[in-house]
Amino acid sequence: MSEPLIQIEQNRLAGDWTAVKPEFRKGTYCYSAAAKNLQYLGLPNPREWQPSDQDWKLPADWKQIILDGFKERLGRFRSLRLFMDICVRCGACADKCHFYIGSSDPKNMPVLRAELMRSIYRRYFTATGRLFGSLAGGRELTEDVIKEWFYYFYQCTECRRCSVFCPYGIDTAEITMIGRELLNLIGVNINWITEPAANCYRTGNHLGIQPHGFKDSLEFAADELEEITGIRVEVPIAKKGAEILFVTPSADYFGTPHYFTLLGYLALFHEIGLDYTFSAYASEGGNFGLFSSHEMMKRLNSKIYDEAKRLGVKWILGGECGHMWRVIHQYMDTMNGPADFLEVPVSPVTGTRFEHTKSTKMLHIAEFTADLIHSGKLALDPSRNDKWKVTYHDSCNPARGMGLLEEPRYILKNVCNNFHEMPADTIREQTFCCGSGSGLGTDENLEMRLRGGFPRANAVRYVKEKHGVNLLTCICAIDKATLPTLLDYWVPGVEVAGVHELLGNALVMRGEKQRATNLRGEPLAQGNISSSAENSDGSETIHA
Amino acid sequence: MKAAYAFVVVLALTGAGMAGGASAALRGPLGVFVPYAAFVILLVGICLRVWLWAATPVPFRIPTTCGQQKSLSWIRSSYLECPSNGIAAAIRLGVEILFFRSLFRNTRCEVSERRAVFGDSKLLWLGAMVFHWSMLLILLRHLRLFIEPVPSFVLLLQRVDGFFQIGIPELYLSDAALTAGLLYLLWRRFSDPLVRYISQLTDYFALFLLLGVAVTGMLMRYVSNVDVAAIKQFALGLVTFSPVIPKTIGSLFFAHLLLVSALAAYFPFSKLMHMAGVFMSPTRNLANNSRMTRHVNPWNYPVKKHTYDEWQAEYHDKLVAAEIPMETPDVRAANTN
Repeated sequence: MSEPLIQIEQNRLAGDWTAVKPEFRKGTYCYSAAAKNLQYLGLPNPREWQPSDQDWKLPADWKQIILDGFKERLGRFRSLRLFMDICVRCGACADKCHFYIGSSDPKNMPVLRAELMRSIYRRYFTATGRLFGSLAGGRELTEDVIKEWFYYFYQCTECRRCSVFCPYGIDTAEITMIGRELLNLIGVNINWITEPAANCYRTGNHLGIQPHGFKDSLEFAADELEEITGIRVEVPIAKKGAEILFVTPSADYFGTPHYFTLLGYLALFHEIGLDYTFSAYASEGGNFGLFSSHEMMKRLNSKIYDEAKRLGVKWILGGECGHMWRVIHQYMDTMNGPADFLEVPVSPVTGTRFEHTKSTKMLHIAEFTADLIHSGKLALDPSRNDKWKVTYHDSCNPARGMGLLEEPRYILKNVCNNFHEMPADTIREQTFCCGSGSGLGTDENLEMRLRGGFPRANAVRYVKEKHGVNLLTCICAIDKATLPTLLDYWVPGVEVAGVHELLGNALVMRGEKQRATNLRGEPLAQGNISSSAENSDGSETIHA
Repeated sequence: MKAAYAFVVVLALTGAGMAGGASAALRGPLGVFVPYAAFVILLVGICLRVWLWAATPVPFRIPTTCGQQKSLSWIRSSYLECPSNGIAAAIRLGVEILFFRSLFRNTRCEVSERRAVFGDSKLLWLGAMVFHWSMLLILLRHLRLFIEPVPSFVLLLQRVDGFFQIGIPELYLSDAALTAGLLYLLWRRFSDPLVRYISQLTDYFALFLLLGVAVTGMLMRYVSNVDVAAIKQFALGLVTFSPVIPKTIGSLFFAHLLLVSALAAYFPFSKLMHMAGVFMSPTRNLANNSRMTRHVNPWNYPVKKHTYDEWQAEYHDKLVAAEIPMETPDVRAANTN
């Protein structure tokens, strides 16, 4: 990159943080949401404005709206009320935030991020704050506070790492989610979240791909796969009565490197003869509603169950995605369930009954595939991934909002020969965010993204130097979209892939031609080709 | 500055206690009214706050998972870090409350030369454990003043606490530990630039207040040799609602009593409520079984959706052209075939 390298200066911390105002410097903040997107979603105060403007054109009664909204949410979320009350400012969370580590801006310490809101809570909703004001840690709600909220609540990726270390489990994701929800009440939002939400609401997916484009894209993927494997796979869309509805983030069929993961899914589903269908109406697993408000999350998520019901499927399978799985695991059933029209997921190949999904009836693809491999139902040739020295990045939400840690690792260890973990402080529940999650993966805030992604890149650099790692695998669409830029900057030479891309490479399909390339179209090494040919005659492999 | 304000307030409270204890007119109110009032505020305040928390719904099941989920039978799930049922969640919470599990994870991140280095950082955990456990021990030891005959477990605690028999009267380890813990926590607030930056007046106030209580308590035991029998008579009077203030109780005791009363009255309005709050934290006290058992949100309200029918109507022609199956195939679709 040609721009000067980011320096992480250690700020001298002195004085009172309440006296410091955020500086809207290009590269550190996201642009405002376009009025048309707010209008489409029926959100308040659509207008032309930018965060760098002096006048944000807030509604006349903005202060009352915020305070009323705050009060309402204090009555709705025990998390909010509790987290406002019990923080002791021990500082254990301070250096756990990737944005703090990368920016050394003290208000990126989770404790201060929450204090931005807590100070208002004290002043307006507690007796001591009303009586003693700033002596009791309260402060007046002014437009500057709103600007500060905007700046810092859109510099938090809701990754929950701080919550792992907090002795009371205070979760900044809750604070940020509700902070953004309040800002949405007065029309203070960012376009990178509101536009995908509007797109998803209208077309069924974030990218705004209309049904015919969606179909074209899947057909194109089938063509690609045929070229690589010699096998024509069918890609059913809106097939009524299929056993399984498959929902994946829309980036999988338009983004790179997501696309290679899609090829992996298609190869797998064909190989095991899965009776499944895509949906054009519910063509999005990811949920940008999670990044704006609980209500928007519910509005977008409802499509999945509605479509499952309409198509008459038995259960739902979900692709690789981070925030999508936070919503599906912790919110979907509560918001849009009960899914009593579906059946408990059972693998049609292994017969495994996935009891842990018996209420939500939605299974993660890593759980599904790990079960297939464990049951010996897949013929795999890990040497086809010998080009890669692989490490695995736990995506925040599956790690800290679900506990999906071993399944992807089990798959990886079966589909590649060179796997190395990053240091323990940076994986599993302690994993570092890509720095672009929760709707911050846009271009205008690139500097802040690179700063936020620094701790992750730092750990990748460690395994690159130690083990020669050249591939970072993950199971999150935002990771796949943003980690390549991050690694190009901090650790050039390390690429990014989905777990099912490597599975698709290793998967020996019945009747496939001798593979000359991997799913990226890159030539396989000579040794790999012969080994795959040996396997592809099927003599030693077990098929479903 | 914040620390200085807090220190002055605690000093003033101590002084007021001393002066009040020396004034015949004030010994009554200070020894009877103030502790009763403080105790009522403490009890009512805690109950109200906990009731308020309890009355606020937990709309979603949002545990922070810190280990492997329970999914496939052959993958070992992490019972404690990612509890899959209520009992496991209760144990997780117990470990959190008794041993400060999360704080034990603490790391320290140092950034230099565009590299981040992570190291263990257990000192805060140690300081917090030492402080909280010795605090509990001291509270339990104080039961000897309020119960007659003294329960045997209190006597046992006392024996263990004074095991090393250093000095006369023998030094209680918990006294030393409490003071060391408090001084460490205070020192940390001053010396660590991050912690100093986030500290508020109330953070210093709580520490100074606790230190004040500890110091006055220890002065009575180790320096001024107060009349313990008289103090017990006083304490028993309070708990049996027949207060008496023996003449032999010195003004140092009144300082101690006033500081304890201030702490009790302040408690429900302060961050010290973390003691009760930690039990109710939804990221720690819930099982990670969201896909197994449906969690109900009491205020789940209907939202405006973009329904399938609306969507199909909007994209009708494109769906026909792309030959994507529709819910209600119409005449135009039939004709084009």
